[in-house]
Amino acid sequence: MIELHELTKRYGDTLAVDGLSFQVRRGVVTGFLGPNGAGKSTTMRMILDLDRPTSGRVTIDGKHYGQLSEPLKYIGALLEAKAVHPGRTARDHLRWLAQSNRIPPRRVDEVLGLVGLSPVAGKRSRGFSLGMGQRLGIASALLGDPEIVMFDEPVNGLDPEGILWIRNLMKSLAAEGRTVFVSSHLMSEMALTADHLVVIGRGRLLADLPMPEFIRQNSRSAVRIRTPQVEQLLTALDRAGLRAEAGPAGTYEVVDGDPTRIGELAAAHGVVLHELSPQQASLEEAFMQMTADSVEYHAGDGEGRDAAGAWGATWQPKAPRQEAN
Amino acid sequence: MTSFPAILQSEWTKIRSVRSTVWTLALTFVVTLGLGALLSFLTDNNFEQFGENGRTPFDPTGTAFSGIMLGELAIIVFGVLAVGNEYSTGMIRVSLAAVPQRGTLLTAKAVVLGALALAVALVTAFLTFFVGQSLLGDHATTVGAPNVLRAVLGAALYLTMICLFAAGITAMLHNQTLALGVLVPFFFLLSPILSAVPKVKTLARYFPDYAGQRMLLVYQQHGQPYGPWAGFLICLAWTLAALVGGALVLKNRDA
Repeated sequence: MIELHELTKRYGDTLAVDGLSFQVRRGVVTGFLGPNGAGKSTTMRMILDLDRPTSGRVTIDGKHYGQLSEPLKYIGALLEAKAVHPGRTARDHLRWLAQSNRIPPRRVDEVLGLVGLSPVAGKRSRGFSLGMGQRLGIASALLGDPEIVMFDEPVNGLDPEGILWIRNLMKSLAAEGRTVFVSSHLMSEMALTADHLVVIGRGRLLADLPMPEFIRQNSRSAVRIRTPQVEQLLTALDRAGLRAEAGPAGTYEVVDGDPTRIGELAAAHGVVLHELSPQQASLEEAFMQMTADSVEYHAGDGEGRDAAGAWGATWQPKAPRQEAN
Repeated sequence: MTSFPAILQSEWTKIRSVRSTVWTLALTFVVTLGLGALLSFLTDNNFEQFGENGRTPFDPTGTAFSGIMLGELAIIVFGVLAVGNEYSTGMIRVSLAAVPQRGTLLTAKAVVLGALALAVALVTAFLTFFVGQSLLGDHATTVGAPNVLRAVLGAALYLTMICLFAAGITAMLHNQTLALGVLVPFFFLLSPILSAVPKVKTLARYFPDYAGQRMLLVYQQHGQPYGPWAGFLICLAWTLAALVGGALVLKNRDA
């Protein structure tokens, strides 16, 4: 289990990660979602003790990363594709990595087979495509047969076949009982793979909940209706106990409505319909809405506005409590 | 803790699995030997012209080591690449995730780098000496003559220390292009120029290259501030300082 406790990282005036606390639980795929620049990679680097937190701490099974003996056997990570010397062969890259943590040499060929790189094991990585580089990175993450795997934006820049492969790989790793922590800036990708979701924006925790819960809270379905006989329709709906809200461009929407029932109702009252369509708010929209503020701040022009936003947000919730005291 | 022999083995695999290692070390050998042999051959054939202003005694050992400056360049590049390629590729983060004990990682790297550089430098120094002497004909000296063995071993130690100094500086700058851009002009422009400027000259005499080269001298030169052993210690101090500096930067910086 990975535990973050009030983890904070400041680069000069910028708070890249701001008091982040959450846990990555065993045996499930936890999606780590946030817009670009939200602090996902910085958080992952701090988990691996590559970047030092300004304050707060992060532990793996209760230990600081530096206290793990032979850490590749606990946690394997893919941070960036092609963090490999271009003149070294795939096999040699995995070999030095295996030796450093006393991982048996046969494991090198095993993981090469697992990621489908056996045919190019003896080739220098200079000629590798992005997808092959990504596979080599995943091979190094799996090398120590770790309990926890961590992937930073693993599908970035991959072709559909590669994306599908990574998706299935993560599911099978979790099915084996491993802990999978994967970052992405794409909600749609997470919806397909993650069991649990952690959303951050501007370095702050926005949501930490199971995926089904997130979907339940955030997916809104409605039936959109367009008609020239508005009055008649609204009356008919009202009598049937349905509430219609005004939608865009002269349409009306019935939240959680059933199109069949509404269609029959309209026919029974002789109402002409120009449109009757089920609408599904996508998770992508829900995510965008959730992170809209943080993205806005991020794209914001002035330091002043930036600081005011951060100040206001941290100050306001505390104020009532102070008054109560 | 991660086992130190395992890290040594891993660093050894790293260093031997890229071509630049072979090339730069082969170049160190070829350039030092080749240039030394050429100069020895030319000296023997034109000894009368060279010998006219013979105030100081002729130094056959020094003649054989005429190519050491260029060999030094090649071994500096070796030291820079062995450390710097981790930074240029982002591999440093993979290395540190595998071995989070940063001081231990750099120590293992320096041990492997130093051992390999010393092995190559020893072979280079002795072969350069013997080939040089064989081409110097009547003017040759022997390894048993006073101070000669010390000078030959000194040449090997000098190359090794300069290589480790370069590796330490690269770890401090965490960028191989920058490291080459600092080290090459330092050794091949700045240090030679400064050592010719009055007043500044005194300072330049404590630079690692000037100090290290004192180990190669068979005869004491006129006006020399210190002898070969002091030169060795000064050069060693620079090397250790660069490595410690590199370790401190590596330890305290976000990777």
